[in-house]
Amino acid sequence: MSGPTVGTRGLVLNEPLIFEQGSPGRVGYSLPASDVPEKKADKLIPPKLLRDDIPGFPEVSEVDVIRHFTRMSQWNYGIDLGFYPLGSCTMKYNPRLNEDMARLPGFARAHPYQPEEVSQGALQLLWELEQYLAEICGMDRVSLQPSAGAHGELLGIMLIRAYHTSKGNPRKKILIPDSAHGTNPASSAICGYQVIPVKSGSRGVVEPQAVAEVMDEEVAGIMVTNPNTLGIFEDHIVEIAKIVHGKGGQVYCDGANLNAFVGIARPGDMGIDVIQLNVHKTFSTPHGGGGPGAGPVAMKRHLAPFMPVPTVEKKGNKFAHNYNIPKSVGKVRSFYGSFGVLLRAYTYIRSLGPAGLRRAAEVSVINANYILSQLKGAYHLPYDRYCKHECVFDDAIQVHDNVKTLDIAKRLMDYGFHPPTIYFPLIVHGALMIEPTETESKETLDQFIAAMRAIAREAKENGDLVRGAPHYPRVSRMDETKAARQPNLRWRPK
Amino acid sequence: MRYIPNTDADCRQMLDAIGVRSVADLFADIPAAVRLKRPLRIPPALSEADLAKAMGSLAAKNADVGRYSSFLGAGSYNHFSPAIIGHLISRGEFLTAYTPYQPEISQGTLQAMYEYQTLICQLTGMEVGNASMYEGASATAEAILMAHRVTGRNEVVVARSVHPEYRQVTHTYSQQINLSFQEVPFTPVGTADLKKAKGLLNDKTACLVVQNPNFFGVVEDLTEMAAAAHGVGALLVVAVPEPVSLGILKPPGECGADIVAGEGQALGVPMSYGGPYLGFFATQEKYIRQMPGRLVGATEDREGRTGYVLTLATREQHIRREKATSNICTSEALIALIATIYMQTLGKNGLREVALQNLRKASYAKEKLARVKGCGLRFSAPTFNEFVVQVKKRPADVLKGLLKKQIIGGLELGRFYPELKDCLLVCVTEQNSREEIDALAKAMGGGR
Repeated sequence: MSGPTVGTRGLVLNEPLIFEQGSPGRVGYSLPASDVPEKKADKLIPPKLLRDDIPGFPEVSEVDVIRHFTRMSQWNYGIDLGFYPLGSCTMKYNPRLNEDMARLPGFARAHPYQPEEVSQGALQLLWELEQYLAEICGMDRVSLQPSAGAHGELLGIMLIRAYHTSKGNPRKKILIPDSAHGTNPASSAICGYQVIPVKSGSRGVVEPQAVAEVMDEEVAGIMVTNPNTLGIFEDHIVEIAKIVHGKGGQVYCDGANLNAFVGIARPGDMGIDVIQLNVHKTFSTPHGGGGPGAGPVAMKRHLAPFMPVPTVEKKGNKFAHNYNIPKSVGKVRSFYGSFGVLLRAYTYIRSLGPAGLRRAAEVSVINANYILSQLKGAYHLPYDRYCKHECVFDDAIQVHDNVKTLDIAKRLMDYGFHPPTIYFPLIVHGALMIEPTETESKETLDQFIAAMRAIAREAKENGDLVRGAPHYPRVSRMDETKAARQPNLRWRPK
Repeated sequence: MRYIPNTDADCRQMLDAIGVRSVADLFADIPAAVRLKRPLRIPPALSEADLAKAMGSLAAKNADVGRYSSFLGAGSYNHFSPAIIGHLISRGEFLTAYTPYQPEISQGTLQAMYEYQTLICQLTGMEVGNASMYEGASATAEAILMAHRVTGRNEVVVARSVHPEYRQVTHTYSQQINLSFQEVPFTPVGTADLKKAKGLLNDKTACLVVQNPNFFGVVEDLTEMAAAAHGVGALLVVAVPEPVSLGILKPPGECGADIVAGEGQALGVPMSYGGPYLGFFATQEKYIRQMPGRLVGATEDREGRTGYVLTLATREQHIRREKATSNICTSEALIALIATIYMQTLGKNGLREVALQNLRKASYAKEKLARVKGCGLRFSAPTFNEFVVQVKKRPADVLKGLLKKQIIGGLELGRFYPELKDCLLVCVTEQNSREEIDALAKAMGGGR
């Protein structure tokens, strides 16, 4: 392939399932010899409660395992390989120093129940991180417990429910704009709330009038993503918050897109009562193929009495867990949260400092608007206005040549790029949601822009090439219908 | 700033191309009244070298199991983890990828997840497993919500010998939709009281929840529990916070469990002061469509080559929104990868060997501590790698005395069980040498 591409073919190796490899008696481990009497298991535990084999479990050597995963890794695309503009996922570079710090024995090999007097470093880190996140959000307290963004949303709605319950009525409904991520309605439903959709206006934002029309005293609150999933700042947020507060409701902000305005404005100053932060997005902790993340929840003072236990408090020079929160909603996970992930976020914040964080937000927005300005014309822009950290195009031009968003996404792989988020938000038909982040250079963006333009030309001149994409990866398009109709979710012996 | 490539000159060029005068023009839609007019009040940026130093001194304030001999378990276990794990999970292709939405360029993650699902099924004796959840406690909570969906019933019967934090989390989740909870006490020997459980189970019960080995380390007879639950049409949910035990214990699937939810940390994952961990979740095939969490399935591409995709997404929030089986979006893919590499490296023989060593060392420690003056075993039922020691002195004072000798002696049970306020939960793994165990016994006896 010639033209604007970083993609090329290379040697990758096939690798069967581990269950199809190895031989009986082959081992990949070495354990110290037993230094205690070698009693038989059935002398200590009744035989009916024991097993004597794990049928199907692998028997392979260390070399086998290394090659197995190294070969498989080469079938993956990651940020370390190239541009990964997956909208709303904030795929920014993951600093390696943070990985090293998480592996320090004093962090990695510390037990969650070890005495507080020998956990002061961990506790101090958690306490300071709470202060940083509260300041970044303009909030009073932060629970570091949730394990992911959606987990944070769930806690946020639980806090709202507990708040209303303490006033005598948990209320029945949550308002959610039609541009919201699917986790918003799902989190509300788990808390027993009925979801009332709010239509976005023609400018791509929620209009105060639309909120006022459905807001009543049975509405517990509203969940707003800001900037929203079109990459547009909800510029009526202050007014919307006033309407919701006017009827006693609470304002929840889905903070998945916070990267766009860290240091420039703060959710707490806009009338937002509670927000979750996706530290694997805004604060650069690695996505790991889909987790682990962390989803701290920042809140205003009036929700703090309901925080999950424990919190970390500072008394004099000492740090301690506080389990004494009488009105607490309880706990949403064991122990204190994804400490190792929070630690990486802490390290990131301390690497950038106030000026660096603000700079990150600014450059993420410049990068997104640069792509927007350069692809306008080649692709249809459903909401033609400046964006924040991401921009949303669609396939309205290409469908005339029978080329769809999915085809464009697959063709981008041949050019050496990860596709954007596709078919989301749902309110844009055939959406292509592009989030470059601040860790990409202008040269990388120019390569991507050239590839997108080349694909737009191919759509007109050689549609089959695009519809048949991708051509370079190890496998072509997968039969997803077969996967769903005849589920094969595990290996079984033939 | 070393993570932000674009210089001021680069930005200037881009702003010109966009057609704005300054970056402020791109933020004009944020109402002026709510713009932050001062720098954030957080510490100034540190260089890489200074930051590493600062983190090193924070880490040094924590005890770690390399410098202390630790007998803490209770849901987080100190097991040996082979060196290759750290190297393999540091590969950027695994570390810096996201959820495999685009299967053509995510086959590495997808095949690894498919292998993980298989290994979890083999380990638990269940038919299908998902691609992972957050951690053990919330996975157990999701299991209860699933039992409620499957049976349409609103009552949950939980053994008091289930990890107290798991019970707390399941309660937090369930009270949102007003499920009611009943507690099964433990018997004088330390098992869940089957007779009392039978008295609580009825035709309104969604599920019976037990843990194996239970919080006191006691091995339960799951077959009898399953029979009791199924007798009233309820499901048996088994929580497994210590899956290394499954190297030798009969898997819950063979005992009649309907859902197994557990904590995968013991499978090679660092303790990391409590997370990130790994929830595993497995059930029977007939319940697939009620299952929460991501699933990977095998299929083929246009040329008929085998490959893997995320599948059965119609259960999930991005399609079903408020009608989804769970609000969960991401899983714990990288932690599941750790567990996958661990299970493959240890394999059939290694996992059995580790489990046996845990059993034998804990048994040795039990005998040793039972003979120490002022100590006794609280329960007599068989245990795996944890057990409860009753002490004459205040447990807090015992632990304090041990800490002075660089020994972290176990968990004070009074913090969760007022009726066991004179007891310690002690855990012994393959990482504790005989010498360490002897030193613990000596120190508990007041010796030097």
